[in-house]
Amino acid sequence: MFERTDAGAGGQVGFFFEGSRVEARAGDTVAAAILAHGERSVRTTPASGAPRGPFCFMGTCFECLVEIDGVPNRQACMVVVAEGMDVRRQEGAREATP
Amino acid sequence: MRRYDTIVVGGGLVGAAVAYGLAREGESVAVLDEGDVAFRASRGNFGLVWVQSKGDGRPEYARWTRRSSDLWPGFAELLAEDTGIAPDYHKPGGLHFCFSEAEIEARRAMIHRMHNVHGPGGDGTRILDRKEVQDLVPSIGPDVLGASYSPHDGHASPLRLLRGLHAGLAKRTGAYFADHRVQRIEKDGGGFRVEAGGETFSGGKVVLAAGLGNRELGAQVGLDVPVRPLKGQILVTERTKPVLTMPTHVIRQTEEGTIMMGDSQEDAGFDTRSGTGVISAIAAHAVRTLPWLATVRVVRSWAALRVMTPDGYPLYEQSESHPGAFTVNCHSGVTLAGAHAQALAPMIALGALGEELSAFTSGRFDVRAN
Repeated sequence: MFERTDAGAGGQVGFFFEGSRVEARAGDTVAAAILAHGERSVRTTPASGAPRGPFCFMGTCFECLVEIDGVPNRQACMVVVAEGMDVRRQEGAREATP
Repeated sequence: MRRYDTIVVGGGLVGAAVAYGLAREGESVAVLDEGDVAFRASRGNFGLVWVQSKGDGRPEYARWTRRSSDLWPGFAELLAEDTGIAPDYHKPGGLHFCFSEAEIEARRAMIHRMHNVHGPGGDGTRILDRKEVQDLVPSIGPDVLGASYSPHDGHASPLRLLRGLHAGLAKRTGAYFADHRVQRIEKDGGGFRVEAGGETFSGGKVVLAAGLGNRELGAQVGLDVPVRPLKGQILVTERTKPVLTMPTHVIRQTEEGTIMMGDSQEDAGFDTRSGTGVISAIAAHAVRTLPWLATVRVVRSWAALRVMTPDGYPLYEQSESHPGAFTVNCHSGVTLAGAHAQALAPMIALGALGEELSAFTSGRFDVRAN
């Protein structure tokens, strides 16, 4: 699993993953914060339902899709975590109509 | 020198469908493909199998298109059984949305003109009012006043279709040569000698299915092929759960859940760049049609070149000066794939195009002095 190498630096922010409060470090991306929290999978695929998690960390692979503050299919590696953010797993394809 | 019954020039949807059909007739076939430098209309296709409005003013085209649509269900099944690759074909019917009374009247007039083309059964296209459209697509925007609907319309995955055709070809007597741009075609006894990719191929017949490349290749075998590019741009969204139960002529949801929007037409030469002007217009029209699309993200866009004849109808012809040399041209590689594989290919195998294709020769472009 993932461990922080310099656990002392940076302030703390709190966000919600699947409704549970998670502590992260200020400046973490949502993907980094979720991995540091010990989760590996953040979504299931629309095609087969197989679990997927953050992989490339640079906005290319689209494996880290999550729902953030009600907006589906956001790339967790491209969004910096913010206090009170509501992050949910992206289960399969999003709904089309609101 | 390698010898084949038929050499097909072009490995896109047109060439692959004809080659697959010829291989099913028992012919040995070589497909010579230019490579990834080619314009690749088949990779940029929207994926409609579309009947309504095709052939208004050219009954032979209406009948040929309808024949392909009638062949498609069996053709898709055959391809899936043959290769394990289903082209994701669905035939739920299709809608052409109208936003004004004038548009509805124009569609009604078109239906009236085409009424007798398809015989006693008619072609089945009819006008739906807003309420009827809402029953089919509940999420339409307030500006949609009605639609024309045809039960013969459908859609498929152009990429899966292309893969399936190539797989079916490879399984039989077909040989595919990538990066083999054809340099020269010459008569050779009763057949043809074709130079491509530094090799020489020999074939009893040759079929030109090279899209925009047919203009230059046709001239080598006495065929006049006045095709030109017509650019189209497409937008694709992220995947969503199934929401559109049937395609429209400009918006469709794929099997995987992405929503495609398209149908721009630009006379831009060989330029294949996508541009913000047309992209905005496509997106704005899509959002006017289905307002919820505004919240769905676009993840890709591209442009591709349609292969257009002067009147937009297909061009099928066997050369008079070089018998055995055929040319196949159209901008509807998906719609006509069924007819190309199961009706046109058997004609080519027999060495003569059928009477039903006599309206599609280049003679119709000749200017008559009196």
